[in-house]
Formats: sequence, C-alpha cells, structure tokens
Amino acid sequence: MKEYISKYFTLRRHNIDVAIKKAKINKMCYFFLAPYAILFALFYILPVVSSIILSFTYYNILEVPRFVGLQNYISLILEDEVFLTGVKNTFLIAVITGPIGYMASFFFAWLINELPRWIRTIAVVVFYAPSIAGNVFVIFSIFFRGDAYGYVNALLMDMGIIDKPVLWLVNPDYMLPICMLVILWMSLGSGFLSFVAGLQGVDRSQFEAGYMDGIRNRWQELYYITLPNMKPMLMFGAVMTITQSFGVCDVTMALCGYPSTDYAARTVVTHLFDYGFTRFEMGYASAIATLLFVVMILCNKAIQSILRRVGT
Amino acid sequence: MSRKKVEKEVEVKHTPALLKKRKPNRSRIVDMIIYLFLILVAVLMVFPLVFAVSSALKPLDELFMFPPKLFPQNPTMDNFSDLFVNMGKSWVPFSRYLFNTVFITVIGTLGHLIIASMGAFVLAKYDFPGGKTFFNVVVVALMFNGYVTAIPNYLILNNLGLIDTYWAIIIPAFASPMGLFLMKQFMEGLPMSLIEAAKIDGASEWRVFTNIVMPNVKPAWLTLIIFSVQALWNNRAATYIYSEERKTLVYALQQIQSGGIARTGQAAAVTVIVMIVPIAIFIASESQTLETMASSGLKD
Repeated sequence: MKEYISKYFTLRRHNIDVAIKKAKINKMCYFFLAPYAILFALFYILPVVSSIILSFTYYNILEVPRFVGLQNYISLILEDEVFLTGVKNTFLIAVITGPIGYMASFFFAWLINELPRWIRTIAVVVFYAPSIAGNVFVIFSIFFRGDAYGYVNALLMDMGIIDKPVLWLVNPDYMLPICMLVILWMSLGSGFLSFVAGLQGVDRSQFEAGYMDGIRNRWQELYYITLPNMKPMLMFGAVMTITQSFGVCDVTMALCGYPSTDYAARTVVTHLFDYGFTRFEMGYASAIATLLFVVMILCNKAIQSILRRVGT
Repeated sequence: MSRKKVEKEVEVKHTPALLKKRKPNRSRIVDMIIYLFLILVAVLMVFPLVFAVSSALKPLDELFMFPPKLFPQNPTMDNFSDLFVNMGKSWVPFSRYLFNTVFITVIGTLGHLIIASMGAFVLAKYDFPGGKTFFNVVVVALMFNGYVTAIPNYLILNNLGLIDTYWAIIIPAFASPMGLFLMKQFMEGLPMSLIEAAKIDGASEWRVFTNIVMPNVKPAWLTLIIFSVQALWNNRAATYIYSEERKTLVYALQQIQSGGIARTGQAAAVTVIVMIVPIAIFIASESQTLETMASSGLKD
C-alpha cells in the first residue's frame, strides 16, 4: 500500500513536470488565449460563481450582503406563489415547445435536404428567417388584438366560430398557447442550420451500401444510416433548444405585457428580472438564477445521455 | 472527355429534371405529399414576415382598411421617411437610436471575431496544458443563457464603471462562447502541415495566424458574424443602459409601438428595419455558414 502511494505520487510529479515543460514550449498559446480567457472568466465564470454565493445572502446593493443561509431558497419554494406560477409556465413552455421545435428542426432539415440545390437555398432562408428576425414577433400582437379589428378575431367571427371578440392576450386562458405558437414559429434556429449542414455531410457511399443490404424505405434509411451519422449535430441542436426553451421571457413579455394579467404569462426569467432589476433584491434574484442554471445543466446532461443511444 | 459527355447525356435522358439524384427507394406519391406539405409550412412561416414588410409600405389609410389587403395598393416609403423627419424633431432623434445599434453591433462583432479567433486558433491546433479543460468549460457555458448571469454581470459592470455606456453591451459580447466554439471546431479541419510549412519558412506564430490560418477560415468568419450580429442587433439593452440617448433600436421599436394608433405606420417601418439586417446578412453568407455549421457537432 505504501509502495503504491509513493508510486502514485512519483507519477503525479512526473506528469506535472511534463505539463510544465509543455506549457513552456507552448508559451505563446497562453498569450493568444489570454484576451478571450480573461473576458470569459470575467463575464461567464465569475458571474456563475458569485450568483451561487449571493444566493445565500440578503443583498440590496446599498447594504453589505448579509448571510441568510438557505432562507432565499426556502421562501422561493414555500412562500412565493408567483414563482411557482413562473416555474409551471416555464416548464409547460419548455416541455411543449422544446421537443416539438427540436423535432421539427430535424424533420424539416431532412425534408429540405433532398430538394434540388437552388430550392434548398431558398427553403433554408424561409425556415430560418423567423428565428433571426428579432422582435418581428410583435407582429403577432396585431394578429391577436383583442377587439373586433384583430385579424384572428375578425376571421373567426366571420366564420361564425365565435360571436364576440376574444381578448387573446389579456385572458389568462389563451396567453400561454399563443406564446407557444409564436415560440414554435421561431424555433428553427441554429440547431436547424446545424442539421441542414450535417445532413449534407453524410457519406453517400453509406446509403449505397444500405440499398445493397436491403433498406426498403426512407424511414429505415433515416433510422439506420442518417441518424447515427448525425449524432454530434443532434447533441448540438439539443443544447441550443434546451438553453432557449428554459430562457423564455422575450415573447411573453412583449405579447402579454409585464406584468401580465394574474401573472398568467410569468416565467422564471421574468420573475428573475422583477426581483433583480425592479425590486433590487439581488440575493433573492440570484437564488432564482442559480436554480435555473442547475436545471439547465442537468437537463442538458440528461438529454445527452439519451441521445448517445440513438441508432445503436 | 467525349465519353463522359455521352454518359452524361444518357443520364439526363433517363432522369426527370426536377429530381436529379433520385434515390431508388423513394415512392413518388410520398414525395409529392412531402412537397405539398413543405410548401404549406413555408407559406405559414413566411406570412408574418411578408405581412410586416407590406404594412410598412402601406399608406396610413390602407393600414386601417378593413378587411386588410395583403399587398399595398399604392406602395409608399412615407413610413420610413416619417421616422427620420417626424421623429427627427423629437427629444432623441430616430437616427440616434439607429446609430447606437449600428455602433454596438459593428464594434462588438469585430472585437468578438478577433478575440475568439485568436483563442480558437491555439485551442484547435496546439496541445497545451489547460487547453482542453478550458474548452470544456466553454462548452458548458453554451448550456446556459445570458439571463442566468444577468444580475452578477450588472454588479461587475457597475464595479468597472461601464453601466450606461455602450461598452456594457460590447465587452461581454466579445467573450460569447458560441463564436469560440464554432471557430475552434472549424479550425480543427485545417491541415497541420499548412502551419508547419509556414513555420519552417520562418514565420512567427502571429504571422501564421494572420497570413495562413485566418484567410483559410473565411466561412467561419461569416458564421461568427451572423451569430454575433443577430445577438447584438436584437439587444434591447434596457437593463444596462438607461440614458435615453444611448438606447438601442429595439428599445425604440417598443417605445414607438406603445405610442398607439398614431404611430402604426412608423412602428411597421421600424419592424422592417430591425428584421432586414440579420436576414440580409444571412442570405449573403448562406453557403459559407452551412459549411461552418457542418463542423458544429458536439462529440464526446
């Protein structure tokens, strides 16, 4: 046992020596990386760490942070009903728009892939444009306007489905479905691009080998050849989708107002902004941010381990 | 040469024009159904965008016409000129908002491109202690978005004295993980021999970077620019900037929209200005962007 431990330490010392030598030879690498590394540490690593630390304190910017233990988390989960509404809404939006948007991204990329080149070029622009068009989604607030001049109301009244205008964006019953619709409209984002690019990179000879081995239709081809080849892109797309669907706030704030009727369109991020930048309870807001962070990372890890099994 | 031509002609005769590279295991009916479905979805996707453009071109009386027409009868640029003429007299002229956003987008994207490429170059091409760990941390950073770090970022920027300046938006944008990630993945495809050859010829690391590596990764530049422009152009920035004369275009858009009925035409015009820039850049760089995204996969 003693011998084993001393051997282990010799090995460690040796490894460290090698690492130091390598670092000396590649000194310039650190100079190249330094500008990015410093900014990254300052605006990504430090915030996460300080957010975790602040979440255990009461801090309102004016006074020095005061340690309160788990108090923030306890009041978040047990006392803050609005937060629970936010969690429920975020969860609903993520669970519905996340998987549908992800699958739609892959499905449309896959269908587009077989089109002739020039149609494909146009199709990619058409499908991708909504997600980069920024705040154009506010146009939906004109479609869903609450009076009889809102286009959706007018259309439905003409068709005789409803007899008086519906307050789409004020009535809590309709807020979330409409937000989900708009989010889905914008969901073919960078994951979609990655899929389109990845599908074109799949080796053609594999398909020919597949035909020889008796792959009968496009669905078998998809499952046995295309999907396994696309694994790295599927992972990337999943990360993008999860990150986006848990961070929903732009759409709900722009369409349903902030705050919305009965907090019916409140999400976790809206709640975070409310406490962080309206009430300046930074400790409490940090606790929300920390919870969100943990959920996002865990969810990503879980999905990745599921995707690893695709096609095997 | 001639034989190839003949072969080609034979091939052309036997395949219909639209479906050149038909795969043997496809049924024609399903193909047709899929095409119809794609067209239908494409129309639905593009409808709000077309509607936004057409309302920006409508004169005021047509904007309030009911039922609305999809295409303007007498297209006009009045709404756009109103933005600059009418709102030119307001406290903060419209052109100022436009300038703010353009400034933030251009400087932020440029700095991000340079800094992220430098980092990506050494991460992709050299094996040095700490490099792999650093990259893994960047990949983890892809998994959460900016909202999580908004509050500590505010405190940090406040300590640096950057709150209420353009730099509060620009400097954090330099370190966006997406750009470094894509750049590094793409640079891994560059042959090491290219770099070694240059070194044997006596080029310094910096020369290798500027004269060999950067010209060879132009597709990745464009992709980086697309993502960075999209993020910065659409940045509302209301939490970090509170002086009216430094606010951004998207913020102005919301102000104009809340101006109500009287501002309908101008709101439509701003919407078009906001959406047209990212889309135009994407159209111009589509093939290069797709080339880069082919290497975007996350391997374990």
